[in-house]
Order: sequence, then C-alpha cells, then structure tokens
Amino acid sequence: MGPLIPNGIIPVEWDSIIAILIGIAFGFVLEASGFSSSRKLAGVFYGYDFAVLKVFFTAALVALIGIYYMDYLGYVDVGQLYIHPTYLWGAIIGGVVMGIGFVMGGFCPGTSLCAVAIGKIDAIVYVIGIMIGVFIFSELFFLFQPLYEGSFLGNITLMDSFGVNPYWFIFIFTLIAIVSFVVSDIIRKRNKKIFY
Amino acid sequence: MANKSKVNRHIYWNPYFGGFLLGITILFTFYLTGRGLGASGAMKSSVVTIVDTVAPSHAENSAYYSRFISEEKSPMNTWLVFEALGVLIGAFLSGGLTGRIGWRTQHSPKITKKRRLAFAIGGGILFGLGAQIARGCTSGAALSGMAVLSTGGFITMIAIFGSGFVVAYFFRKNWI
Repeated sequence: MGPLIPNGIIPVEWDSIIAILIGIAFGFVLEASGFSSSRKLAGVFYGYDFAVLKVFFTAALVALIGIYYMDYLGYVDVGQLYIHPTYLWGAIIGGVVMGIGFVMGGFCPGTSLCAVAIGKIDAIVYVIGIMIGVFIFSELFFLFQPLYEGSFLGNITLMDSFGVNPYWFIFIFTLIAIVSFVVSDIIRKRNKKIFY
Repeated sequence: MANKSKVNRHIYWNPYFGGFLLGITILFTFYLTGRGLGASGAMKSSVVTIVDTVAPSHAENSAYYSRFISEEKSPMNTWLVFEALGVLIGAFLSGGLTGRIGWRTQHSPKITKKRRLAFAIGGGILFGLGAQIARGCTSGAALSGMAVLSTGGFITMIAIFGSGFVVAYFFRKNWI
C-alpha cells in the first residue's frame, strides 16, 4: 500500500536516490517537450504556442486520474498524500507576482533549471534573479509574514471547499481540458506563426 | 530525415505525449514519496546555505532562514535539492541527445540581448518572491497541488496564468 517510502515499504535511505531518479525523469520530459525555450513557454500568453497549456493540463490530469484510480484499486491511500496547504491571500498574491515574473522572464523555476542544463545564459541570469527574490523575501520577512502565515485554511482540497465528490471534479476538469485544447488550436491557427 | 532533424533542432515532443509522461512522473512521485515535485525549493535551500555560510549568526537570528537550518544536517541535504540535481541531469541528457546544448541567449529579434537579460533577472526576482509568498512555484504548488485537488494549488495556478494573461500586453515587444 502506497505511498511506499512513508509506509516503510522502501527503506527511507533510498529517498535521496529516488529524488535524483525522479528529477532526471522530470528534467528529461520538460526539456524534450521544449520547456527549455523561453520563447516557446511565453507563446501561451500570446497565442502562438500552446505547449505549456497542453503539457501542464495533460500532466495534471494524468496524475490526478492516476492517483484516484490507484486509490480505488487500493495501491495508494489518498489520505496519506501531502496536500499543498491553502493560505488564501498568500496563494493569490504570490501567484499574481509569479505570473508577472513568468511573462517578464519567460521561465518558471523548473523550466529555468532545464534551460540552465543546456547552457541558456538568460536562464542562468533568471535563476540568479530567483535567488535574489528569495533573499529579498527572507530579509524583509517581517513585512511578508502576515501574508505568508495569514488566512490559513488548512491542507484543504476542493472536496472540502465545495463538498462534491472527487470523481465529479476529475470529470469536469477533463471536459475543461479537452475544450481548452480545441480552443487553443483554433486560436493558434488564427495567429501569425512565430519562428524561434 | 536524419539530415532534416540536424537542420531543425527545435522539434520537440508532441505536447500530449510530454504531458502524459510528466503526469506519470508526478503519479510515481506521489506513489513513492507521498509528496509532489518541486523546483523553487532547491533555490531557497541554496540561498539559505549561502547566507548561513556567509553570515551564520544573521541566519540563525532571522525568522525565515532559521526555519530551514538544523544542527544535524546541511540545508542542502533535502529531497528537493537532490531532485533539482536530477532535473539538471535529465535536461542535459535530453538536450544532448537532440543537439540543443550550447551557450546562447534566446530572445526575440526585436530586442537586444541586454534587454532580454535585464528582463530575465527582473522576472526571476518577482518569481522568487512570489514563490515564497505562495509557498511553491508552478511545479510545487500548482502542478503537484492540482494532482491531489488541493484548493491552494488551484488558486495559485489560476493566479499565475490569470496575471500572466493580464500583463502579457505590456511585455509583448519582448516576445512577439
């Protein structure tokens, strides 16, 4: 019964080795999907390349369906998985700031690491920027602390927020994803092609 | 065919195929470790380590750094740092196999290299700041959060892409 390491089925000493192996898979897939190119990533905001939307949505759905299917089959206990906590205003304001950074810099942290690995200088500069951003946050923590620790709603899921069973959410997200894929293809065909 | 792929090194995987494999990777991560993926965590650990090395007393007295410092192990000895090392290896392998490795600055022909790098550092600073406020980035909060239907994960995802679309107009010269 999973998750395997917290339940002691795989010894905890393997944790770091598994981290590297998972990282290799993560990095390989991101790079091969073109996420080491800032101009490809930024395409989603200008309608000339929707790889971000497609990869991101497909990945989230495959993982979501997979987790609930494995839970249904008894291979993994959803209740034991780590749920990203909800700090309402932190999530909103942090997300808005990240969105501006994304359009300005053309990367997010994971994709910038991929671009660093293949020698993109703009990505190296971007990672230095992220570290400066973390440094600013840490030094001015007293300013951000109310936002960082306030409006804490717990490690809640959409089921707690809306009281609907998870299978309905999965079904609805799948429909939203399919519609967004179709719409994105229509938009891309109308836009001027960009070569990069 | 071999010749063609040599000319255009920017042919990538089908996005649905890439997304499927990424989803499987996230699924396995949860199955093995009970947690999701992350990327900004490793950069936070690096900053904590640098500050702890340069100014240890300052780091210990800080309300934020001190959360990630312990007597027994270095702040670099965390799952996310090892994972980030893996990301570098994996991306290097993929880039190496397709001939995409090389020192270059990618930017729109309409802007200069200097402008691209200035915006890259500015964007990085904002992303680093936002990722701390939201306790995770696109990988840790949005993608891994969505995989377990975390409310915060969905809110962060909507906020990132929502604000991206809103401000995209002002930065259009950099990209198109």
